[in-house]
Amino acid sequence: MDSEAVPQSVGEAREVRVRLPYHLRHLARLDSEVVVRVAGPVTQRSVLDALEERYPVLEGTIRDHTSGRRRAYLRFFACEEDFSHEPPDDELPASVASGAEPFMVVGAMAGG
Amino acid sequence: MTAVRLLVGTRKGAFVLTSDSARKDWQIEGPYFGGWEVYHMVGSPADPDRVYAAPSMDWFGQVVQRSDDGGRTWEPVGNKFEYAGEVGTHPWYDGTPRPWEFTRVWHFEPSPDDPDTVYAGVQDAALFRTTDGGQSWQELDGLRTHATASGWNPGAGGLCLHTLLLDPRGNGRMFAGISAAGVFRSEDGGQNWTAANRGLLTDGIPDPDAEAGHCVHNLAMHPSRPDVLFMQKHWDVMRSDDGAEHWTEISGNLPTDFGFPIAVHAHEPETVYVVPITSDSLHYPPDGRLRVYRSRSGGREWEPLTDGLPQQDCYVNVLRDAMAVDTFDDCGVYFGTTGGQVYVSSDSGDSWTTAAHTLPSVLSVEVQTLA
Repeated sequence: MDSEAVPQSVGEAREVRVRLPYHLRHLARLDSEVVVRVAGPVTQRSVLDALEERYPVLEGTIRDHTSGRRRAYLRFFACEEDFSHEPPDDELPASVASGAEPFMVVGAMAGG
Repeated sequence: MTAVRLLVGTRKGAFVLTSDSARKDWQIEGPYFGGWEVYHMVGSPADPDRVYAAPSMDWFGQVVQRSDDGGRTWEPVGNKFEYAGEVGTHPWYDGTPRPWEFTRVWHFEPSPDDPDTVYAGVQDAALFRTTDGGQSWQELDGLRTHATASGWNPGAGGLCLHTLLLDPRGNGRMFAGISAAGVFRSEDGGQNWTAANRGLLTDGIPDPDAEAGHCVHNLAMHPSRPDVLFMQKHWDVMRSDDGAEHWTEISGNLPTDFGFPIAVHAHEPETVYVVPITSDSLHYPPDGRLRVYRSRSGGREWEPLTDGLPQQDCYVNVLRDAMAVDTFDDCGVYFGTTGGQVYVSSDSGDSWTTAAHTLPSVLSVEVQTLA
């Protein structure tokens, strides 16, 4: 990844912006993006864990309940890069951890 | 005054249709869960204000929604359907073994006397139950671990448990219908199961009267005669008089015996309804004419019901959970189409009107008689 990841100390809470697709915003009754507090390294897993802890209704809708894997028709974008296939415990860019850029959950485009 | 409520699941959300006992003028509320595929929505017989809906979407998986006010407002409840114990395999389309994987809920069957208890039939075929109003779901894994299950092939629509019937005598007997696998019967509330497909014949499979491997599409039972079952199979309309020990064909003079739903009149246990569809290759009515067929003799002799239904240029389908009957003295019959129409008969099928013309493709129709 081009974006620089910076080490983050364990226990330090970060406020991370998360942008969700329409149907998940609607399900969680959110009007816009949400800010979640992430303790420790800011990774896909830690961000989504924090999101699901705050909005349990989203459990199973982004990651499969059983396998924990990203659902096939969703993508994870940040800083104009696609992180969908990156290991879930890799740290996200510093600008996501700082709240400057959102972590985006994006639904695959489809007609019909 | 609202006397009847229709719960309509569609490919783009759910709708609630209400009317008085005349069932002529309908109010439509919705869409609820707009954009989600609602395979099924059903009310509790024990508390008509308690309604469960099963919206799912390829993008976001399954959610379960619950209403405690007859469908006006909704709250999401538990959506975790985890198979119990070791997850075995079944054959995939390419013949390779594939582990069971939850995809969606096809059907909810609420307990007749407890609004918090609901059974769920799911894909890949398995039975789940909640006893806390949908907050948590536990698998009754005796069905998925049946001796024949490792050989269940998915049909084109997936390996789905789509039909559940609970014996109203409260004796623990229940029936499950699974596409391309068949009918299974439990005598102990879903813990243990036996295949119940004797008499079914399926051309094209290596063993036409195999213990399992039959594509049941839908089952129906009249509560006053729980040992009598009716079945719309992939091909063939069938009947059992002994709790699915044996099945006999009752297709009789139907123009085609392919179809999806089957229903029984609320007050006449020998009056049965089907919607013949041209074939498994042509999922629309024969000759472009939408006809419900009714038998008043428990099968074999069928009459077409056409008054008020389109008799030319009609090429919709009627899916397995998209037909229901109410319990008024003049039994109402309802069905929804893949073209988004909901048809209503308030005279046992003699004549039909349209309650909704242009909904999304209808997946399920349930009716609640409230007065």
